[in-house]
This record gives sequence, structure tokens and C-alpha cells, in this order.
Amino acid sequence: MDFISILSIFVMACFVGYYVVWSVTPALHTPLMSVTNAISSVIVVGALIASAAAGASGAKWFGLVAVALASVNIFGGFAVTARMLAMYKKKERPAPKVEGQS
Amino acid sequence: MASHTDYIVALTPPSMGTGAEAVHAVNPWVAVAYLVSGVLFILALRGLSSPATSRAGNRFGMLGMLLAVVTTLVTHIPGAGESYTWGSSFVLDTSTLFEILIAIAIGGTIGFVTARRIQMTAMPQLVAAFHSLVGLAAVLVAVAAYLNPGAFGILGTDGNILTVSRIEMTLGAAIGAITFSGSVIAFAKLNGNMSGAPIILPARHVINLGTLAAIVVLTGMFTASGQAGPGENNLFWVVVALSFAIGFLLIIPIGGADMPVVVSMLNSYSGWAAAAMGFTLHNTAMIITGALVGSSGAILSYIMCRAMNRSFISVIAGGFGATASAGGEAKEQRPYKRGSAEDAAFLLKEADNVIIIPGYGMAVAQAQHVLREMGDILKEHGVNVKYAIHPVAGRMPGHMNVLLAEANVPYDEVFELEDINHEFSQCDVAFIIGANDVVNPAAKTDKSSPIYGMPVFDVEKAKTIMFIKRSMSGVGYSGVDNDVFYLDQTMMLLADAKKMVEEINKALAD
Repeated sequence: MDFISILSIFVMACFVGYYVVWSVTPALHTPLMSVTNAISSVIVVGALIASAAAGASGAKWFGLVAVALASVNIFGGFAVTARMLAMYKKKERPAPKVEGQS
Repeated sequence: MASHTDYIVALTPPSMGTGAEAVHAVNPWVAVAYLVSGVLFILALRGLSSPATSRAGNRFGMLGMLLAVVTTLVTHIPGAGESYTWGSSFVLDTSTLFEILIAIAIGGTIGFVTARRIQMTAMPQLVAAFHSLVGLAAVLVAVAAYLNPGAFGILGTDGNILTVSRIEMTLGAAIGAITFSGSVIAFAKLNGNMSGAPIILPARHVINLGTLAAIVVLTGMFTASGQAGPGENNLFWVVVALSFAIGFLLIIPIGGADMPVVVSMLNSYSGWAAAAMGFTLHNTAMIITGALVGSSGAILSYIMCRAMNRSFISVIAGGFGATASAGGEAKEQRPYKRGSAEDAAFLLKEADNVIIIPGYGMAVAQAQHVLREMGDILKEHGVNVKYAIHPVAGRMPGHMNVLLAEANVPYDEVFELEDINHEFSQCDVAFIIGANDVVNPAAKTDKSSPIYGMPVFDVEKAKTIMFIKRSMSGVGYSGVDNDVFYLDQTMMLLADAKKMVEEINKALAD
């Protein structure tokens, strides 16, 4: 892929990000932050390439440490997001005395 | 700065030729797999438009990550890489795979256990800590790419790292380093390891701008230098070191009250770091994710700034909270009405509409569960109960919503500032617990107030205001006195928030 194709993908993704993020309900801004945190750990791809590569052993070790760091984020980020989202409930109980509610 | 034409010239060679080691030109299915994983990440964020779809969204995110990791492993583990085509047999280098799986297991366990144990009140610290890890990982990947450019397919025909890749990887390392050190400071401030008060260095603007300029100039020099392989010169390392320093310098002068903006901003940086490394690796999943996360953090910073009526520049410049508390003139004692839990319970029971305004003080007092019980009792008495949340009610965007959700408050009883503010005129009781600045009318009237222009709740329109506060002496985050305390319809309930609500619940039950 040449630089311009990559740049195009990047610019389009910025626009997609802009509209998608504005459509996120403010009540979920904390889970938004934790899930973006988890997905930004896709940097693990670079870390895996470094770890798997033959050659410079320094690079390999930096890669492995990066894999471990990114894994903290991936597992931690998705788990804490799931934990938060599980707490958001609608009022489902039919409320013992229903008068004042409209 | 490298001139425009230099850049264009630099762009052409990498697109063709050099194919031998180019990791990104392996198999078209690989590119598709990364693209799909990028799209799954978009769906993960899309799901957050409503709590009902959010859990499915989170699963899309996990799937996207799994796909990206498996694709990378399948294409890069030695023995599998070059010759891999669908259906062909290949021999895995199991020792490398084993090392990688151990790294994932160690990191994953730490992450998972932390995520399960963390208190919801500590969420801002956790997010700051996670940001620092993404930043550090980005730096390490950039360093690995610098040390072993061949593996990343960024080696030119002349044996040097490609010019455009040098810019991209230095940018990735620099942003990653800023994210790391900035997040470490933000974590220390939020976690209380470090005072929330701004630390003001003399001539800090000169130091900061000088450091930033040095980073830009050195990046340019590194890009332009003929020999840029490892060991040829130290420019790359100097840029990384300066970036660690600037992240630290940028965040120490920013006060605790502005931390929601800082955390959002660092969220954005971690995204841009991932995007820059995505450019280096020509990886669509990383680029799409980086753009998503970068925009997300930027938008959240903007929302937080707007909610505090601060400009982004003034937050970054720092120093807020250093002068405000000293500004108050000698306080004269003004008359106020103090109420008891029984008085409050009586009025609440008689009310038709009650709006509860929680602030961070409620979370500090751990009063959210008893507050929800109070809401339940009132609903049984036929009272219409709503919760009103200011964007800066917690320590990070949406924090208060999470805290209420944890206390089992249904999310459809919780409303944002602009959706509920017009309802205060028909409201019988505005119940303020642990909040202060967000109900201060000085934000609307007093131009000299440090919080002037900040959107606030119109609580003074309510028939009765109940204000739970520990004592009359303390003031809000901004250090400003609040006229609401002294209004005719205000009943001050002076006690620890949790104790007071418990007493109100007892009185309501009688």
C-alpha cells in the first residue's frame, strides 16, 4: 500500500470516528474511554511482529515487553468495560405503587 | 521542518520496489483481515450509542482484537510467515510462539485481575494507568522498529530506514512517550500519590515550547540524516528522551480540577500514537483504531472544556486552582437555614417531583447506595424522582453515570444537564448531594467569578432546595462561595452525606 492510500484510510477513519463518537450517549462516556483504551492496544500487532522477528535480539525483547504491556490493556480494558456495561439497567420492576410515575 | 517537496519525493519509493521484506504485502487476505478488525472496532464504539446495544459492541471490539492478534501471529511466526497460503502446511517456530503466549498470559492476567477488583470510584486512575501502558508499548514498538527495521518492512534499498517511515516512527515514539509520562503524572494526581495542586515552574512556557521545538527540529534532522540506522547517530534516542520529559512537564502544572480534560486528552494521544505506528507498519487496523481513539479523546476533551467553560489552551497552559482559593475576600457570616433529617423527609414525602443532583462528594462519602434506597422509598410514596448529572460531576466524562449504575439506579431515570435543566421550575425539591460548583448561580451572574460562564443547574427555580454538605466552611473545587446556601428556600443539611441520607431514609420509613 502506498502512503496516499494509507493516508486516505486514516482521514476517512477520522471522520467516521468523529460521527460515531458524537453519537455515543454521554451516560456511556466512561465505558467509551475504557473501550477506546482497550482497542488502542491494537499496537500489540507491532509488538508481535517485533517479538516474532529473527535478528536483533534487543528488538525482540522490547517487543515481548510491549506485548505484555498491551495485553494488560486488552484484557483489562475489555473486562472493565464489560463490567461497567453490565451495571447499566433499565427500570424494569413494575414499581409497587405506580401512581406518581408518568 | 522538512519542506513539502522533500516529503513528496520521499513518498514515492516505498510504494514500489523493496518488496522483498515488505511485511504488508504478504497475502491480500491478511489486509482484509486487518480491515475487518478495524471495522469491528468501529462497531464497538457504535454500540455505545445506547446502553442496550453497548454490550454487543464490546464483544465486537474483543472479536476485532482477537482477529488482529491471530492474523499477526499466523503471518509472522517464523516458519509460517513467508510461505503461508491458505491450506498449505507450515512448521511453527514454537519457542517464539511460546514466549509470546507467556507475555500475553502475564499481561492478560494482570489486566484481568485489576479490571475485576478495581473500585468504580477509582476508574479515572485506572484509565490513566492504562493510557500510560499504551504509550509505553508504542515507544517500545517504535524502538524495536528502529533496532530491527527489516522485520517491519521499512528498510529501503540503500540499507537505511525509509525517510517517510523515520518520520512516522519518530512521531509514534514521541507521542507514545508523552502519553506515558503524562499519564503517569495524571495517575499520581488522581490516585493521591501526588498533590492535585498545580506545580508551577518558573518560565515553564519557555521550557515547554523550547522542548517541543527541539523535538520537532531533531525529528527533522533524524529524517534528513543520510545514515539513520541504529548506532549511526543518537537523534532518535534524544527525541524519545525529550518526549518523556515534555509529557511530564506538560501535566505537572495542571490542577486536579482539570484532570477530566487531561485524561481525555491523553486518551486522544494514545490513539494518535497507535495511528503513527500503523503508518509505519502499513496496518489498516492500527490506523483505523488510532483515528477512532484520537477523535474520541479529542471530542471528550472538548465536551469537558465546554462543561467547565474553559478553553483547551487555558487547560493545557495549566495553573488553574492555584490562585482561585486565595482570591476570596474576608468571608462575612451570612444567615442560612439549617434543617434536620426529619424536616427533609417530611418535605420529600409531600413532593411530587424531586430532582437529585449528585456530585463527586457523594461518591467520596460512598452514599450512592443509600441515595438509591431513598429514591426507591420516595417512588413508593408516589414521588417522581429524577437524577440530574452535570458533565463534570465525576472525575472523568460519564463517571457519575457509572457510579449511579453501580448503585442500581436505572439509567432511564438519569438525565443530562441540557435535558433536565428546564424542569427545575416545576420541581418541588432539588436535592443536592456532594455537588457545589455545578449549582452555583455565580456562574451565570458574577463575571468576576472563576467559574463564570460554566453551564450550571437552575436549582434556584425549585420550590425547595436541600443541600447536603459536611459543614458551612468548605467550598467547592473552584474555591468559590455559593449564594444558593443563603436562599430563602434552601435547607442546609449539614452532615456526612451517607449518614444524612440514612437518617432521612429512617425518617421516611416512620
